[in-house]
Amino acid sequence: MKVRYFPGCTLKNRAKDLDTYAYRSAEALGITPEEIENWQCCGGVFTTARDEVATKLASVRALKDASDSNLPLVTVCSACHNVIKQTNHAMQTNKEFSDKVNRYLEADGGYNGEAEVYHYLEMLRDLVGFEKVKERVVNSLKGKKIAAYYGCLLLRPHKVMRMDDPENPTVMEDLLRALGADAVVYARRNECCGGYISVESPDAAKKNANAILENAKAAGAEMIITACPLCKYNLVKNGADIPVVYFTELLAEALGVKGEPNET
Amino acid sequence: MQRVGVFVCWCGSNIAGTVDVQAVSEALKNEPGVVFSANYQYMCSQAGQEMIKTAVKEHHLTGIVVCSCSPRMHEATFRKTAVAAGLNPYMVEIANIREQCSWVHKDVTAGTEKAIILGKAAIAKVNLNTPLTPGESPVTKRALVIGGGIAGIQTALDIADAGFPVDVVEKQPTIGGKMAQLDKTFPTLDCAACILTPKMVDVAQNDKIRIFSYSEVTDVRGFVGNFDVTIKKKARFVKEDVCTGCGACVEKCPMKKIPNEFNLGMDNRHAIYIPFAQAVPKVATIDPDACNMLKNGKCGICSKVCAAGAIDYKQKDEIIEETYGAIVVATGFNPISMEKFDEYAYSQSKDVITSLEFERLTNAAGPTAGMLVRPSDGKHPHTLVFVQCVGSRCESCAEKGKEYCSKICCMYTAKHAMLTRDKYPDTEVYVFYVDVRTPGKNFDEFYRRAVEEYGVKYVKGMVGKIVPEGDKLKVQASDLIANKQLHLDADLVVLAAAIEPDHSARPLATMLTASMDTNDFFTEAHPKLRPVESPTAGVFLSGTCQGPKDIPETVSQAGAAASKVIGLLVKDKLTGNPCVAIANELTCNGCSSCERVCPYGAISYLDKEFRMPDRTTKIRRVASVNPAVCQGCGACTVACPSGAMDLNGFMNNQIMAEVDAICK
Amino acid sequence: MKHNNDLREEILRMSGVDTAKCMKCGKCSATCPAYDEMEYHPHQFVGMVEIGEIEPLLSSESLYKCLSCFACVDRCPRGVAPAKVVEAVRLTAIRRQGANHMTANDVPLILETDTPPQLLVSAFRKYTK
Repeated sequence: MKVRYFPGCTLKNRAKDLDTYAYRSAEALGITPEEIENWQCCGGVFTTARDEVATKLASVRALKDASDSNLPLVTVCSACHNVIKQTNHAMQTNKEFSDKVNRYLEADGGYNGEAEVYHYLEMLRDLVGFEKVKERVVNSLKGKKIAAYYGCLLLRPHKVMRMDDPENPTVMEDLLRALGADAVVYARRNECCGGYISVESPDAAKKNANAILENAKAAGAEMIITACPLCKYNLVKNGADIPVVYFTELLAEALGVKGEPNET
Repeated sequence: MQRVGVFVCWCGSNIAGTVDVQAVSEALKNEPGVVFSANYQYMCSQAGQEMIKTAVKEHHLTGIVVCSCSPRMHEATFRKTAVAAGLNPYMVEIANIREQCSWVHKDVTAGTEKAIILGKAAIAKVNLNTPLTPGESPVTKRALVIGGGIAGIQTALDIADAGFPVDVVEKQPTIGGKMAQLDKTFPTLDCAACILTPKMVDVAQNDKIRIFSYSEVTDVRGFVGNFDVTIKKKARFVKEDVCTGCGACVEKCPMKKIPNEFNLGMDNRHAIYIPFAQAVPKVATIDPDACNMLKNGKCGICSKVCAAGAIDYKQKDEIIEETYGAIVVATGFNPISMEKFDEYAYSQSKDVITSLEFERLTNAAGPTAGMLVRPSDGKHPHTLVFVQCVGSRCESCAEKGKEYCSKICCMYTAKHAMLTRDKYPDTEVYVFYVDVRTPGKNFDEFYRRAVEEYGVKYVKGMVGKIVPEGDKLKVQASDLIANKQLHLDADLVVLAAAIEPDHSARPLATMLTASMDTNDFFTEAHPKLRPVESPTAGVFLSGTCQGPKDIPETVSQAGAAASKVIGLLVKDKLTGNPCVAIANELTCNGCSSCERVCPYGAISYLDKEFRMPDRTTKIRRVASVNPAVCQGCGACTVACPSGAMDLNGFMNNQIMAEVDAICK
Repeated sequence: MKHNNDLREEILRMSGVDTAKCMKCGKCSATCPAYDEMEYHPHQFVGMVEIGEIEPLLSSESLYKCLSCFACVDRCPRGVAPAKVVEAVRLTAIRRQGANHMTANDVPLILETDTPPQLLVSAFRKYTK
């Protein structure tokens, strides 16, 4: 099956692994991601102010593209997913906002939140199915103790994201189990890594990242997976002494489609 | 033609403030049938009622229209006045010119105009009124109590004490309810078992009380005075009258890893079990989902070791049908699931427990014989954190928890904290609270003792996150007074989970046609003046099924419900409502439409012989209403395609006359 | 104390938050990962906006410490969404002329070889108009 694919800014340079392995794994699972032409950066964070319009237009364009092509829109970066999904929700529920947006876009037929937005993890769970993923595993991760790190953007605000239980998420753990690994559950997996605060207050980001790492290690983790380049950056930058990898890389490895590394 | 008297009430300034009462009584003077019209400050007062009585005598009135408040308020009052004046009470009509007129309007002209129209409608109706006489129905002098916790127990004992037989239906294998699981009770700290178990024994020994344990109500029909109830007594695979409760079967049962409900899964029980030592009835029950013999016919050890021969693997569910004059609902509560509050790591750590689990953990008959230890490693906890309001007082849009205050948590948490400090002085005990609510006799004094004498550390603020790490629980919380974020390493965390009505309450409410609020608490007939009666006649409420309450309050309410039941059961007959449906046999075509819509089963069919115009006779099927069962809802009158169904007191022609008067 | 009701209305409208729903339990501040960086904490943002005491918030560095991680939003028992209040106050501050909290000139100071574009993009979105 085909899906429309929104990679996002960081996936084209610092987080190429997240992108490449997402492609390779999807194809191995029978999904063809079609990258949206001329996609624009989502902006990194969703501005919650109801009167903020211009910063959300890039997301609407991507959404409209998917809607016009009648395909689900798939994102893999947590931040892109969060911004696009929240924008879609605003288009569905805030008439004043959607009217303004449509006047800006002058889009043919307008756009009112018709697109279906899936995070890559949701795609695996809901469109592919973890049972099928499990069947395709060639390099089982058996015996590996791996902790999923969700951070904040994938899960919250729950009323909009609706991806998983925001306090006890299981989608990444279920994926890890499908790949044969031991999923390490730890309480800080849904706490913030520090996000963009590392620009101004690196110490604060360090404190958050360390607390997450300590908690995961205390629970027995030998590796951490994440879906967010900024999460990975903050964890690695602040002295992670266990590997922090993108979930797509692990998936590609298990599916036997990892091929050559390409990190720039 | 009627001789109608019109009486317009001012209700002080309630009506007279927005309605020109003088103009109303003047305008209504000229309506058909009206021979007298007056207004007065308070029609419901002694003087006002005397005015009506005098007018009836002087003007030979046959019908009365009172323009006043809602009929819910004073219809009964004015009907009594009519009776005192020698009229049939159903010759009174009320025009509601307060709730439906003066209170909702600001403009005097509009209000007056509307009051006149409402008055005209009532006059049009009363012109067609006929005297009605209510029927009577007998009262079955037996009560049913649904639920065998402290509420049901107290209600049953009080009713039995007045000499009436009572049946108690309890879905668990034993009565006792939540109170049986508690350790001590606030604010006096007497042991729950010490004060509850004698009452349980009293219930068992009272010859007026029958206990149907491990049983459920599956159907309720009938009406006040005569409820026909079906009770399913689930097979326990043990003959209740033969079992001596010796426990030999339990000891020998090889299936011993079944989570023990009574201890909230903190230890195990056997497939055959007696919930606790003081259970009533003290007989064993086999869990059919766990018993090998019942699942695949292999085992049978309990039967071999039972000296009394009480085991019966072939036992079937038993259906009991009984008639009751009154029903008391006492279905109780449960703590809500902590599933959606995993920021507190309840699913991640055994050392995060609920307050009810804490009760079992400190109870001498609990899984640790009363030793307060961590469920994870059996170690003595040094730092304890109690979190209040978990799931209580949540806004509905927060999508988890309950909107109401669970009421009991502040006090039991103070109790837990105080008892912990008393028994283990080496502990540090923190209570995180939003507000401390202690309105009860000796309640605030109790809470202050916890702080001042026992050194419990109360912190104003909520806990935000609990992180199990190593053998500690890292608690992150607000201290709003110090304006600080606190980080504590705790050994045990106790969550004061909100309480909710038992899930059996909703289907039961449907069976009883008793109303519930959005939280599934039973609604009382009046929140202040009729707190233990359901709006459904003959159904009474006891305990937490009506709203969160503690033990003293539950017991008071249980007694109050019992006194209402006794007041009903001492009557030999109940006066019915004469406003019931009647079928016109001549126009009824026997189609059964009315029978299908009747929620009370009040309509049946007769084959009746009719004389035809050509002097032959013909048997026709026609509807017949049982006036004792009919509640006068009027559904049949709407469903009837031939207009043969009518409702006394609300006849089709009366309603149409009202509509005509309004639309004229 | 002078309270600014117009500004209060504006912030409530922008954020879509009903601050009157707050029951002052402090769970937002209890759960905030940036608490120690802040002079005014999430519950204070809600409380101060509620009474119209907004000027101190507008000039506080706390505006730029919120991570928008939404922990306070999801965990608030009253559905108040403190993070949205913080964001509305921050936008009110940076929409004022010349009040951008970060400029392009700052970028070379931040930039390292491993800095992901996402970091800069997010920071700009939060700190500039």
